[in-house]
Amino acid sequence: MATKPRIKLPESAKVGELIEIKTLISHVMETGQRKDSEGKTIPRNIINSFTATYGGAEVFKAELQPGISANPYLAFYMKVPGPGEFEFTWIDDAGGKVVEKIKLNVT
Amino acid sequence: MLDRRTFALGSAAALAGAGLASMARAQDAAQPWEQALKKILGDAKPTEGKVTIEMPEIAENGNTVPFSISVDSPMTEASSVRAIHLIATANPQPGVATFRFSLLSGRAAVTSRMRLARTQDVLAVAELSDGRFLMGKRSVKVTIGGCGG
Repeated sequence: MATKPRIKLPESAKVGELIEIKTLISHVMETGQRKDSEGKTIPRNIINSFTATYGGAEVFKAELQPGISANPYLAFYMKVPGPGEFEFTWIDDAGGKVVEKIKLNVT
Repeated sequence: MLDRRTFALGSAAALAGAGLASMARAQDAAQPWEQALKKILGDAKPTEGKVTIEMPEIAENGNTVPFSISVDSPMTEASSVRAIHLIATANPQPGVATFRFSLLSGRAAVTSRMRLARTQDVLAVAELSDGRFLMGKRSVKVTIGGCGG
């Protein structure tokens, strides 16, 4: 799961402003329901957890099941508490982990 | 005094009893989505409203159906949304996701994309900081199912 996620933040934000954070990562999100050409079940491998923290405090967390589409897109909000850095973490069933850090430009 | 034999008999009876109880449970087993809902709610009764689910009325491709869920809440210490649970009533696995919010969230809303196996109702259950639950529902027609059987 070594793909680079895409993250969209506003170019700048003010303290107290409500901002939307958009994230996208490439992942097959294999449901565990499908069978291969020999009739064997293809094992489940999905991103089961996504966490967003800001300045170390949790902002948003998603616990995902196979009902979430491939290449999961997640958008959510934050009320800007002050200057800081986001840390986004994606974890899949195979134990893969992607961590992405990005500073918010607070004016 | 409990000797070995009565103890053994007693355990056997207890095991048989447990077996019967689990059979009875299996017989009146609710639909999988009802079980998923029960797991979230426990014995609580959800209130309808204040939960908005935005989804297309007709989804041509069930593999990727966009959705936005939002809950009308001040998101303050006194009153906030802790989580939104998403259920697709006719999917093989009805529990789709749980989204957890914090006071930093500012707004209890999430946008993503889901799989829908066929035409069905989608439920969003909001878990509030005071222990109450709110629920919203949306019907979606699916042209091509999205669980790739």
